[in-house]
Amino acid sequence: MGIYLPIAEISVNVFVLLAMGAAVGFLSGMFGVGGGFLITPLLIFYNIPPAIAVATGANQVIASSFSGALSHVKRGTLDFKLGGVLLAGGIVGSTAGIFVFGFLRRLGQLDLFISLLYVVLLGTVGGLMLVESVNALRATRSGAAPVLKKPGQHNWIHRLPLKMRFRASKLFVSVIPVLGLGAGIGFLSSIMGVGGGFIMVPALIYLLKVPTNVVIGTSLFQIIFTSAYTTLVHATTNQTVDVMLAFLLMAGGVAGAQYGAKAGQRLRGEQLRALLALLVLAVAIRLAIDLFVTPPNLYSLSGVDLG
Amino acid sequence: MAGARAFVAAAWLTLSVVAALPAMAQTPPVENIQIGLSTDNVSITADFSGADLTIFGSLENADPLVARRGRYDVIVVLEGPARPVVVRRKDRVLGIWINLESETFENVPVSYSVATTRPLQDVTDPNSYKQLSLGASNLYMQPADAGDSPATIQEFTAALRERKAATGLYSENVGGVQFLSQNLFRATVRLAPNVPVGTHKARAFLFKSGLFIKESSAQLEIRKSGFEQSIFRVAHDYSFLYGVFAVSLAMLTGWLGRLVFRKD
Repeated sequence: MGIYLPIAEISVNVFVLLAMGAAVGFLSGMFGVGGGFLITPLLIFYNIPPAIAVATGANQVIASSFSGALSHVKRGTLDFKLGGVLLAGGIVGSTAGIFVFGFLRRLGQLDLFISLLYVVLLGTVGGLMLVESVNALRATRSGAAPVLKKPGQHNWIHRLPLKMRFRASKLFVSVIPVLGLGAGIGFLSSIMGVGGGFIMVPALIYLLKVPTNVVIGTSLFQIIFTSAYTTLVHATTNQTVDVMLAFLLMAGGVAGAQYGAKAGQRLRGEQLRALLALLVLAVAIRLAIDLFVTPPNLYSLSGVDLG
Repeated sequence: MAGARAFVAAAWLTLSVVAALPAMAQTPPVENIQIGLSTDNVSITADFSGADLTIFGSLENADPLVARRGRYDVIVVLEGPARPVVVRRKDRVLGIWINLESETFENVPVSYSVATTRPLQDVTDPNSYKQLSLGASNLYMQPADAGDSPATIQEFTAALRERKAATGLYSENVGGVQFLSQNLFRATVRLAPNVPVGTHKARAFLFKSGLFIKESSAQLEIRKSGFEQSIFRVAHDYSFLYGVFAVSLAMLTGWLGRLVFRKD
């Protein structure tokens, strides 16, 4: 069944979009990530203009993060104060990102920049995760006890000034890295259409030493607001949010996420991380190939004021 | 004032009589062409996947002898609104394909569908097409920066036409114009699935034995209908409210999805 997307201005198949949403939702439920880093490239592969794929991807991420955050609120595994500080940074980063986005679009380099960011970020994060999880898998197989990080262990980040206490996370750290992390994620959110969970989660765990059980809830909380803000700004400055497209993806996504979460409980942590790493790397490699392979059309057309 | 007007009228009368007399004596009345659209607006709905638009037209004062020998040719063009377009070319930099060169053209018709009685090259000669600026390959594309080298402009103009044809926006339907009788014809022009909204102009050109005789035109409004149109309008006119709506819809969907599909 075809449907005409009012903003993207093309006809697409409803079932393809629902299936896409459901598949990504399943994976995001399984791995506890928003799924934006999968949705946006998938939409681009499906010939949705990148500018619209990014803005609509951000809109879609709200639904899955909201759904996920609700269950964390219920379980009390969400640090509102930490989330709030991350969010303050996120708004600044997101605003900067929107400006860069509009600038690159006028320059005709937006598509390239989006692809490059995806390849570099997904490649790095995927690679690191794969190494870490394979080591963990090997360690469990050889019977060695996993090395646990001691709560008292500190690094250079904990020596920065302007300290603040985050009770729910049992944390006393400087607000500088927290704001910076939030800003970085906000920037990526507006340029890549991702929530940024795949960077936020490891950063909170390894850099700020936030207890793992509050990490996902807090990350989802901040992602809701950053992507909501990104969606709003994209809608007002670039008019690139397609609600019809976003709704179809969300509808498939929220359904898939709940099943994915259940499936995820059957796998062990390091197995999950290894699978997620492979998935992230696969997306990065697919995008990288597109950068190097001779494109079928060397020429492209675009309007003067819009992409 | 009244005297001057009377003089002008008298002069016009004399002129026209002088002009008309020899014409009536020697040649038959000049042929004329008229076209009519069954509708002056086309709505694009959610399931729009392209369409054929039928345009009817008639010849006036057609010479039966010429018509019988099939020497009348009609070309019908449906031309979309003109907009500026940037054509970009990718080049390899350190192995990566990057948009490098670009050329901006002003007033490029977004779509251009042609229907003809016979292949274009059989109707008349290339020069006439150029003069009438008829046919996608004869459209004049005005570069925004006239200082660029002619070779560059030619290359990008060709690329522009090629991309437009590849996306179905520039199309040619040979045999798309059929004579139903000596005086009546029907033209079928294609509307691509991605046909742009706006005011389109339908034009019909009449040729007699390869000579251009007459042109007639009509306007056609293509717009998004109903729901899609409302969304598009709101997104552009009330973009902030639209954004708020998009965000709320996402939160509502997330909440409902959890209620419906909850597994924990």
